[in-house]
Amino acid sequence: MAEFKQAPAGASVAEQAMTWVDNRFPATKMYKEHMSEYYAPKAQNFWYFFGSLALLVLVIQIVTGIFLVMHYKPDAALAFASVEYIMRDVPWGWLIRYMHSTGASAFFIVVYLHMWRGLIYGSYQKPRELIWIFGVAIFLCLMAEAFMGYLLPWGQMSFWGAQVIINLFAAIPFIGPDLALLIRGDYVVGDATLNRFFAFHVIAVPLVLIGLVVAHIIALHEVGSNNPDGIEIKEKKDPKTGIPLDGIPFHPYYTVHDLIGVGVFLMIFSAIVFFAPEMGGYFLEFNNFIPADALKTPAHIAPVWYFTPYYSMLRAVTDQMVYVFVGIVAIAAVLAVLRGRLSGAMKLAVLVSAVVVIALLMAFDAKFWGVVVMGVAVMVLFPLPWLDKSPVKSIRYRPGWNKWLYGIFVVNFLVLGYLGIKPPSDIGTLVSQVGTLFYFGFFLLMPWWSRIGTFKPVPERVTFHAH
Amino acid sequence: MTKRFFLGLFLAVGLLCSAHAAGGGVALDRFPADRVTNLPALQNGARLFVNYCLNCHSASYMRYNRMRDIGLSDEQIKNNLMFAAKKVGDPMTITLDPVQAKDFFGAAPPDLTVVARSRAGNGGSGADYLYTYMRTFYRDDSTVTGWNNLAFPSAAMPHVLWELQGQQRAVFATEKDAHDPSKTHAVFKGFEPITEGKLNATEYNEAVADLVAFMQWMAEPHQGQRVRLGVFVLLFLAVFTVIAWRLNAAYWKDVK
Repeated sequence: MAEFKQAPAGASVAEQAMTWVDNRFPATKMYKEHMSEYYAPKAQNFWYFFGSLALLVLVIQIVTGIFLVMHYKPDAALAFASVEYIMRDVPWGWLIRYMHSTGASAFFIVVYLHMWRGLIYGSYQKPRELIWIFGVAIFLCLMAEAFMGYLLPWGQMSFWGAQVIINLFAAIPFIGPDLALLIRGDYVVGDATLNRFFAFHVIAVPLVLIGLVVAHIIALHEVGSNNPDGIEIKEKKDPKTGIPLDGIPFHPYYTVHDLIGVGVFLMIFSAIVFFAPEMGGYFLEFNNFIPADALKTPAHIAPVWYFTPYYSMLRAVTDQMVYVFVGIVAIAAVLAVLRGRLSGAMKLAVLVSAVVVIALLMAFDAKFWGVVVMGVAVMVLFPLPWLDKSPVKSIRYRPGWNKWLYGIFVVNFLVLGYLGIKPPSDIGTLVSQVGTLFYFGFFLLMPWWSRIGTFKPVPERVTFHAH
Repeated sequence: MTKRFFLGLFLAVGLLCSAHAAGGGVALDRFPADRVTNLPALQNGARLFVNYCLNCHSASYMRYNRMRDIGLSDEQIKNNLMFAAKKVGDPMTITLDPVQAKDFFGAAPPDLTVVARSRAGNGGSGADYLYTYMRTFYRDDSTVTGWNNLAFPSAAMPHVLWELQGQQRAVFATEKDAHDPSKTHAVFKGFEPITEGKLNATEYNEAVADLVAFMQWMAEPHQGQRVRLGVFVLLFLAVFTVIAWRLNAAYWKDVK
């Protein structure tokens, strides 16, 4: 235990009180470690706003969520009416509800941009692997949170969206039907489903989410923030003070900097909340103003926009697509045997596992592999720190053609998202199949393509132009 | 009297009626959107709504006294707009049993509180749809109600406002399919009046616009307040952002 400190003679009451607290709780120490003496690179650009904005949206969602729960009724017979009650009779209920519904979409926009920042500046590379892994776990939690929250208004899209997604789990061989039953708590989406989703949405997932956010930030502050140059600022320290030469205290420099981001973000957020809360049917779907009806299936069921890139990948897996997978596995196995520097036993193992995978691909329904593809599309983000073999972190110093590759990756993701909103069509399926292969190729072939090309020299110090 | 007549008419024709799903139709006419902020129009719309709609359709998330927001007093609401409810704070429910209603009409008439929001997205806003729907009923002997609709073909609902609009028939021309000449389909060419209504065409369009304005307002009674408040919030945030921007510049001025 650290020894008790004494406030200096003649110290103010506030100073004495702080000393009293610090002897019992590391308040000043934590403030210094995470705020006033946390040194962040001084060259952070536009893309670095989205971490603090994600935290802001999390707070908005939690605070508005608490007030919504005060008036919402998690009961299949009452839920829809209770949301309309919030919209009409609860003072300022409409504002709280629109902030929460807009916040859900805003969360994904901000988090997608935050992940994109990590991707282009190599923020997941050593020593930030755990930050990235916590981040992907946050993304997963967010998807669960959004999916279960969307059931609560108990409109037609809530009901049928949940029906479709839960039925996906039923496609898993052997355990699928029982698993779907476990998730629903009933043979159809009903009151039991609504109640358990409510419990998960307001208690279970937020608890995990907050824990992961804390872990994400602690890990970040342990190793320090990355920067657009992908340089470790801790390698160049002032010999006298031990402070990184390119570092600047997070508070006040980045708190005041992030305030601009908060201002601009809140302007866009408020413009949607006050002038277009439905956002043309993308943030609040029109069909969701019809109460859930198990007997009336809507003509077109699409998930909310933030799930649609993954939904497209799910729909891309047709029987023909499974043959493509079989072909890819076969080619990969042959290449590994012919070109790989493997021992004889390893070669045999590769061949045997390829045969097993091909047998499995052929044995189960394409629908199941669609579910697998959708799941793996998110899971493939976890090993990213080990897939990337590039000697530099930032896109700035990678070979020029990498910019095109990353650009196509974004366009591809947006196209997949667009196709997921639309009803299926032949050309749409073909495009989303190509898009799915590109998405997976981008990550799974990264160990090879990320080494290729001429890398530019990384500067000693971060590129910073004084304001 | 009118109410009972229509209820009777509904029950009679409803017995033979079958449900059909909504689907494709004409290009939607544009609802005059500025009417949603016009209080006399909203009040007239409220009068039409409680007289013609609120017998078979409920608006059960809407309380009568919410209509104070469109400039009516509790007394005016009680005396002119409440027929069945007891208290001015009651929701706009109906006594028609949904199970029976389904037997009568083939589909239970849906609650209309938020119909102006749920009907959006099919080539126009929900108000555009309602504005078109209420003006494109025509006589059709092939349906069980004797009525059909351009915006909602084979609608289970008969034309409730026919007294006001009069009766009309739709003229269709048979045209060859542009892609497949072996197929033909009916193309709508226009309406022909059969009998005159109490209102002429302009007056009827105005009345429907008022009714739809009321339904649009009812779908989100706070929409006016929302937009007004939004302007001030954005002004505040603009000032906030400018101050944050200058404050940031002041802090970073000496960072080299």
